[in-house]
Amino acid sequence: MIYHWDWSVPISAPYLGWLMSGLAWTLLVAGAAWVLAFIVGVGIGILRTLPNRAARRFGALYVTIFRSIPLLLQLFLWYFVVPELLPASAAHWIKRDLPLPEYWTSVIGLGLFTAARIAEQIRAGIEAVGRGQSMAAAASGLTLLQSYRYVVLPVAARYVLPPLTSEFLNVIKNSSLALTIGLLELTGQSRQIEGETFHGIEAFTAATLIYVVLTLAAIAAMRALERVVAIPGVMARV
Amino acid sequence: MTIPLRLDSRNFVRDELDLVLRPVVIAIDHVSKKFGDLDVLKQCSMTVLKGEVVVVCGPSGSGKSTLLKCVNGLEGFQAGTITVAGTSVGERRTDLTKLRSQIGMVFQHFELYPHLTVLQNITLAPIQVLGRTKSAAFDKAMSLLRRVGLADKADCHPGQLSGGQQQRAAIARALAMDPIAMLFDEPTSALDPETISEVLDVMTGLARDGMTMMVVTHEMGFARHVANRVVFMDGGCILEEAAAEAFFAQPSTERARSFLSKILRQQ
Ligand SMILES: Nc1ncnc2c1ncn2[C@@H]1O[C@H](COP(=O)(O)OP(=O)(O)O)[C@@H](O)[C@H]1O
Ligand SMILES: [Mg+2]
Repeated sequence: MIYHWDWSVPISAPYLGWLMSGLAWTLLVAGAAWVLAFIVGVGIGILRTLPNRAARRFGALYVTIFRSIPLLLQLFLWYFVVPELLPASAAHWIKRDLPLPEYWTSVIGLGLFTAARIAEQIRAGIEAVGRGQSMAAAASGLTLLQSYRYVVLPVAARYVLPPLTSEFLNVIKNSSLALTIGLLELTGQSRQIEGETFHGIEAFTAATLIYVVLTLAAIAAMRALERVVAIPGVMARV
Repeated sequence: MTIPLRLDSRNFVRDELDLVLRPVVIAIDHVSKKFGDLDVLKQCSMTVLKGEVVVVCGPSGSGKSTLLKCVNGLEGFQAGTITVAGTSVGERRTDLTKLRSQIGMVFQHFELYPHLTVLQNITLAPIQVLGRTKSAAFDKAMSLLRRVGLADKADCHPGQLSGGQQQRAAIARALAMDPIAMLFDEPTSALDPETISEVLDVMTGLARDGMTMMVVTHEMGFARHVANRVVFMDGGCILEEAAAEAFFAQPSTERARSFLSKILRQQ
């Protein structure tokens, strides 16, 4: 059988619209998952560095759990298993009334998974700031909260920008797993086009290009941010 | 024989009487500390009187830094008591942040905050801890920077300064809190030889102005000329506590003697 190339497929109606709708869902899932992952990840990462032993243990437990289960399995667990474990009324609400269940499940699954990875980056960044700095802050009478707010976190934030960039890229790419629970994001739409037109190669090529553009844009934005917050007199960390 | 040069204001004939009359600022009484199974401090006792400079010396690992950190509660201890200006450091009820805000500390590696300018480094704690206004904190910081010779570096970041300049800025940061005492942990050990003196000069000026100082250092010139008393530590114990002259003229333990001869040969 000869494959008939038709590069007009991904840029003609209605398939261009499908791709754009897929792109929109990819951005919506990745964006919301990132916000959730960032908030939870920063919180857990900070917990792991506190003097309080219970706080550190809780943080370590979270990271261990969410890092050791494959993301795909986590999505299935959130989608199929967790609702069964909830009290009947909550389960009912999720199954019947929750708008966009595939979307919110993807956001929570991807967000909490990524949070564990961000937490590890935050912890490493805080540890890189060093005990001497927190000691100096404490010695001057700053409370633990003040020393984190004014000294430890601002410096750690600069250390973790590069690794956070790659986590952000991971969120964009991992959002494609949402298709497994039925969300028609970018990759899902490409498959849809393949099924409809048998021009899968063209559709997947278009999706690939879109992922590449997203990645390059994210990298450029983070590089610009790194330059803005660079500390004078401190060599840029490569 | 050379007569040791001493600062005029300290060269009192009535030194002895003075020592009796001056209030105790730091009192360390039979303090012991373990790190796990390791005895880092064993029954350490010493005092620092108001306006006094006490140098703590001894081999590496003898517990000098740990003793210093116990004074402002950066390290806890298992036995004994430490009181600073009447406040018991080890007591559970003690407000440690308040106590620390009254004690200045200077570290071997400066520990200036890299993301803040020199001026912001100095004004952070006065504004956040003491609640001073920005302009009051600024004025105080500028006058301290003039005092340590760094007025033109106020808007630089620490990474743009030499080691000696960073340490002088760190001293100004500690002084901005109007401390009742200053703790120094090997303030010149990380410096190039040519910049050591600029830091020692600032410390000597402080001593002359009557600051109460506890100084861990191997700078024996500073100990001899500026310190009132010298404390010698080894293996977590305070083996000697003597007037500076007496310590340098005739250390009473063999270990202090060999430490001194080793360190003086190096310098
Ligand atoms: N956080 C720590 N945990 C375990 N051991 C420590 C710690 N800090 C210091 N020590 C040990 O305590 C001893 C005294 O250390 P330190 O007070 O730093 O000595 P010095 O300042 O005189 O060189 C050393 O044997 C050191 O290894
Ligand atoms: Mg030390």
